Amino acid sequence: MTRLVACLRIALRALMVNKMRSALTMLGIIIGVGAVIAMIAVGSGAKKRIAEQIASMGSNLLVVMSGSSTSGGLRFGSGTVPTLTADDAKAIQTEILAVKYVAPNLGGVAQVVFGNQNWSTIISGTTPEILEIRDWPLSSGRSFTQQDVDGTTKVCLLGKTVVENLFGGIDPVGQIIRIKNVPFVVLGVLAPKGQSTWGQDQDDLIIVPLTTSQKRLFGMQFPGMVKQIAVQAREPEVMNEVESQITELLRQRHHIQPKQENDFSVRNLTEILSTAEQSASVMSLLLGAIASISLIVGGIGIMNIMLVSVTERTREIGIRIAVGAKGRDILLQFLIESLVLSLIGGMIGIGLGVAGTIVLATFTQWPVLFSIEAILLAFLFSGSVGVFFGFYPARKASLLNPIEALRYE
Amino acid sequence: MEPVIQVHDLVKVYSLGEVEVQALRGVSLSVDRGEFAAIMGASGSGKSTFMNILGFLDQPTSGQYLLDGINGEHLSRDELAEIRNQKIGFVFQGFNLLSRTSAEENVELPLVYGAVPTSKRREMARNALSQVGLEGRSHHHPSQLSGGEQQRVAIARALVNQPSILLADEPTGNLDSKTSIEIMGIFQRLNREMGITIIMITHEPDIAAFAKRNIVFRDGRIVDDHHSSARTATEAEGGRE
Repeated sequence: MTRLVACLRIALRALMVNKMRSALTMLGIIIGVGAVIAMIAVGSGAKKRIAEQIASMGSNLLVVMSGSSTSGGLRFGSGTVPTLTADDAKAIQTEILAVKYVAPNLGGVAQVVFGNQNWSTIISGTTPEILEIRDWPLSSGRSFTQQDVDGTTKVCLLGKTVVENLFGGIDPVGQIIRIKNVPFVVLGVLAPKGQSTWGQDQDDLIIVPLTTSQKRLFGMQFPGMVKQIAVQAREPEVMNEVESQITELLRQRHHIQPKQENDFSVRNLTEILSTAEQSASVMSLLLGAIASISLIVGGIGIMNIMLVSVTERTREIGIRIAVGAKGRDILLQFLIESLVLSLIGGMIGIGLGVAGTIVLATFTQWPVLFSIEAILLAFLFSGSVGVFFGFYPARKASLLNPIEALRYE
Repeated sequence: MEPVIQVHDLVKVYSLGEVEVQALRGVSLSVDRGEFAAIMGASGSGKSTFMNILGFLDQPTSGQYLLDGINGEHLSRDELAEIRNQKIGFVFQGFNLLSRTSAEENVELPLVYGAVPTSKRREMARNALSQVGLEGRSHHHPSQLSGGEQQRVAIARALVNQPSILLADEPTGNLDSKTSIEIMGIFQRLNREMGITIIMITHEPDIAAFAKRNIVFRDGRIVDDHHSSARTATEAEGGRE
C-alpha cells in the first residue's frame, strides 16, 4: 500500500514536471472520449426518437389497404377502389386468433366549422379500438363507444391541432362543430402525439364513428366500404403469420381466383420502422467505431510519449533499480503515469463531450440521449487504453539493465 | 566473526559478438566487517566489473560471492533488488540523484522501495542527512547544491537503510581535491564511529590512501592487497594549507 501511494506520488510528480507534454498527450484522449460520448449520444438520440415514433404509431401494427385500380391504362394507387368493407374487418377480428384489435377506417379531408372559425383537417371514421391500437389516450372528455358506431351518432374526438385552430381558449368538450355542414358533438380531446416519422402532424385530425363517416360524410356511394383496416397483432412474433392469414381470409372473402392479384394490400408498418431503427443502430455503431478509432490514436499518443519518457529517464530508472526498486515498482510507476494521463483525459473528455453534444443539439435540434452506461463505458475504455498502451513502455522500463541505465547519458 | 564479503575465484566473461572479454580472471577476496578498503587499478583492470558484482547489479560467470552469507547466484532480479535495498548502499561518481526531487526525498528513495511507512521514512532520512552534515538543506534540490553537497546527499541515501556495506564507485571523481578530502573525512568518520564497512573504487592513490586497506587490480586479477595506516582527512587538510 505504501508502495502504491509512493508510486502514485512519483508518477504524478513526473506528469507535473512536463505539464505541456502531459496536456498534449491528454488531448488525444480528451478528443477521443469526447467524440465517443457525442457520437453515442447522437446515435442513441436518433434511436430513441424512432422508438418513440414506433410507440406512437402503435405496436404490432398491420394496415390493410383497399386495392389499386386500373382504368383506361391509368393505374390508381392503393385505396382508390372500394374493395374493403366493415364486414371484412369483423371477419379479421373474429376469425384470426392472433389479432388483438381491428379498426376499420374511412375518412377524408373536410372543412370543419366552429362559430366563426373554420379549419380543413383529416376526418377519420373508425371504431373506438383505434385508440387502443395506437395507444392514444384522451387529454379530456371521453371516447365514443361501439354503441355510437352502431347507432351512427354524430359525435367526434378532436386532435390537439384542431382544438387550437377552432377553439382558441374555449373548452371544446360538449361543444358542437360542423363537419361538411353536419353537426357533431365533441366528446373528447386526444392527447398530443406530435410529428410522425414523415413529419406529418398526427394531431391534426378528427375521429368520428365509422358508420357516421360512411353514411354522413364520405361513403355515400358504397355502403359499408372502408379504405383501410388497422390490425394489431397480439405479439410481434406473429406479425408475419397474421399478415398471411389476413391475405388468405380476404382472398377467400373477395372470391379471388388463385392466379388473380389481390385487390387489397397488407402493410407491416412496424417492420418499416424497425428497419429504420436498425439503420439508426448501425449508424450509431459506426459513429461510435469511428470515435473509438480517435481514442485508439490518442492511446498511441500516450504510448509514444511514455516511450520517450522512459528513454529520457533511463538514468533515473537505473538509480531506482540500484537502490532496490523491483521490476513491478518501475512497471507500476510508468503504468500509473499513463493511467493517470488517460483517466484525467477521459474525465475532461466526458465533460467536453457532454457540453459539445448539448451545444450541437441546441443548434441542430437533433435528439440526443446521454446514458450513464455510455459515459462509464467511455471512461473505462479510456482507462484501458491507458493501461494497454502504457504497458509496453512501462515493461520496457522495468526490464532495463541497471548497470547500463546508470551509465546512460 | 564471519567476513561481510567472501569472494572465491570470481570470473566474469563478456561476450561482445564473437570476441570474448575476460573482465575478471579469478578473484578471491574476503572483507571483514568494519573495514575501509580501496580498490585501485587502471581502467579496464576489472575493478568496475568487480564492484557491480559486489553490488548485486551483475552476476559472475563463475565463482562464488557471499554477502553476509547470502549467495546471489540463483536469485531472481527482484530478489537481488531486495538485497541491494536492504544490504548495500551505493555512492556513484556522478552522484546519481533524482533531479527535481529534494535532498530528503532522494535519501528516502531506498526506504520507499523497502516499504517503510512514510512517517518513519522522514525521520530516518533526516537522521542520515545529519550524519553527513546536511541538516539544514533537506529541502534543497540537487541543482541548488554544490557537488560536494550532492555527494553527501548520495552518501546519506546509501546510509539510510543501515546497509552491511557501502560501495563507492569513484566517489571523488567529479569533485575538486578539497571537496574530495571532505568526502573522505565523512567516509572515515562513518567507518570509525559507526563501524560501516566501506569498499571504494578509485584510481587516485592519494584518495586510496584514506582507506585502511588497498587492493590493486590489474588485468582482472588482484595483484596487490595490503593494509596500511590511513592518512586522515584532518592531516590532509592541514598538509594542504
